[in-house]
Amino acid sequence: MSMLEAHGVSKSYGGIRALDACSISVEQGSITGLIGPNGSGKTTLFNVMTGYEKVDTGTVTFNGKPITNSTPDRVFDLGVGRTFQLTRIFARLTVMENMHVAAQRKGLGSLFARWSATHEQQRALDLLEFVGISRLKDLPAGQLSYGQRKLLEFAFILIAEPQVILLDEPAGGINPTLIAQLGDRIRTLNRQGVTFLVVEHNMEFVMGLCDKVMVMRRGSLLAEGAPQEVRANPEVLEAYLGV
Amino acid sequence: MTSLQTLNKFRIPALLAVLVVFIVFPLVFSNPAVTSIAIFTLIFAAAGTAWNIFSGYTGYIALGHAAYFGIGCYTIAILCQDWHIQGGWGPFWTVPIAGVLAALVAIPTGAIALRTRKHTFIVITIAIFFIAQLMAYNLRGLTGGSQGLSLPFPLWDPGVYNLPFYYVILAILLVALAASWWVRNSKFGLGLLAIRDDEDRARGLGVKTVPMKLTAFVISAFFVGMCGAVWAYFLGSIYPPFAFDALFDVTIALMAFMGGLGTLSGPIIGAVILIPAQQYFTLYYGQNGYYLILYGALFLVVILLLPQGIVPSVSRLWVKVFTPREAPAMPPAPQMPASGESPGSGGSQGFKTKNGANGKPPTSGAATYPAPQTPATQQR
Repeated sequence: MSMLEAHGVSKSYGGIRALDACSISVEQGSITGLIGPNGSGKTTLFNVMTGYEKVDTGTVTFNGKPITNSTPDRVFDLGVGRTFQLTRIFARLTVMENMHVAAQRKGLGSLFARWSATHEQQRALDLLEFVGISRLKDLPAGQLSYGQRKLLEFAFILIAEPQVILLDEPAGGINPTLIAQLGDRIRTLNRQGVTFLVVEHNMEFVMGLCDKVMVMRRGSLLAEGAPQEVRANPEVLEAYLGV
Repeated sequence: MTSLQTLNKFRIPALLAVLVVFIVFPLVFSNPAVTSIAIFTLIFAAAGTAWNIFSGYTGYIALGHAAYFGIGCYTIAILCQDWHIQGGWGPFWTVPIAGVLAALVAIPTGAIALRTRKHTFIVITIAIFFIAQLMAYNLRGLTGGSQGLSLPFPLWDPGVYNLPFYYVILAILLVALAASWWVRNSKFGLGLLAIRDDEDRARGLGVKTVPMKLTAFVISAFFVGMCGAVWAYFLGSIYPPFAFDALFDVTIALMAFMGGLGTLSGPIIGAVILIPAQQYFTLYYGQNGYYLILYGALFLVVILLLPQGIVPSVSRLWVKVFTPREAPAMPPAPQMPASGESPGSGGSQGFKTKNGANGKPPTSGAATYPAPQTPATQQR
């Protein structure tokens, strides 16, 4: 069953058509890879699917419900989490405080209660442990290294227990040990039922991790299939090499 | 870490000592000239604390809170006139009403200003302030125009005349401070701090940025309105250029920058330094505005030497001086071995700390994730 879908989505910036009638569908329980040359519209697609950008035409649905042109907070509330290519954490808050920002609460009264509620505190600590940065919990997040920030961003998305997580270049610029660790964590979560859509340039990482890979070119879907099929597809090679 | 904990241990007794000093101050220094300066200081400390709840936590620098201060001034004056309230304790009961009215005006004006960000936001708040000042000049039926309004005069003994004002504004300061502390420790306040660092990211994590910013804005306007009311009653008469004074905003912003934007005590420390200095200059050099030169110079000094303000700079210095040398201030980047990997170069790094901690030989190829081991020195 498809969980997150885009139907014929188009988006232009001035004269540049970043998305051109793009349609994709992410299966529930899958780890789907999204690859394509620079400028092929991967991040723009993420932005329109998570409410950060409005579409010109087309629709986006999540679990069958339309979320086209919704707002980022609403999309997140529904259960779609995402990370950014250039990691966006709260630099002047501590690592622990960062974790609590995304912890969701319902009702006005709870909003005025302390942010460090015990059950959330434990959950935040568990998640920091899970990604391996729990000993940094009291540091300002701005002092973390690039890779640690990526792990923190990943961890604070998890505290809201999203059903699907969109990762924008999770392996970009981090060391191979950390990449392998991240892959492990993604697989563990996937076994627990979390769906992933991953944009990544590291082909080894994508091919080793994903059940299905989609290839974008010039704002629309070029090919999709199992990693081996996609890798053997001459059109994909052409798109990448620009022949 | 340890030195910060020592700092925290002293916090409660230190705060109580400061509170006692504030309470007994006018009894010890009973000279009316001194207590008057103390009252102005507390008015600005309370207004700065309130301003900080919005601007300090969200990072939106509002330079139009004088509008809400002025609304507080005019509310108490008009209510005393219309309800024929005599001098004495009576006018103090209208102070919360002045706060509520300022807060009510802050809802639409704040909502408009908060549609913008950064520099545009600052300009819009200044514009709102000037609109309010123009209205004070021109709604003559209500405000008396440039003639101003006078307030009832309490017939208290000159020796203790200042005391009621002092304790009322001290109470308002304490409530504002409690509100600021409570906001800082609440989920709501965490949302405001997240907005300060990256508003769009916060929104993308489900933080209701628009209602949160407006709520903080309205809370700060409420307290600033109350401060205005006490100020007006203390002075006895108000005029548009003084009730709606652009320098008010410069002053509270400077106080907060100086003490430490977004810290609890920062605005109070700023007020305690700036307001007596300003009053002293006015007293000895007349109304020539020499203190404006002082403000300008201080602004430059703060920006050049203490860009983060006194409180953050001092606490950083404290940590630097009192942290034991052997414990690194920041732990080294974690090097976690990937699970299932053969114990090669990546794995050995993880085992080194394990060996140090429990002395067991490394078990290679364990299926479970090795939890990151924290050296004992860093756990304290």
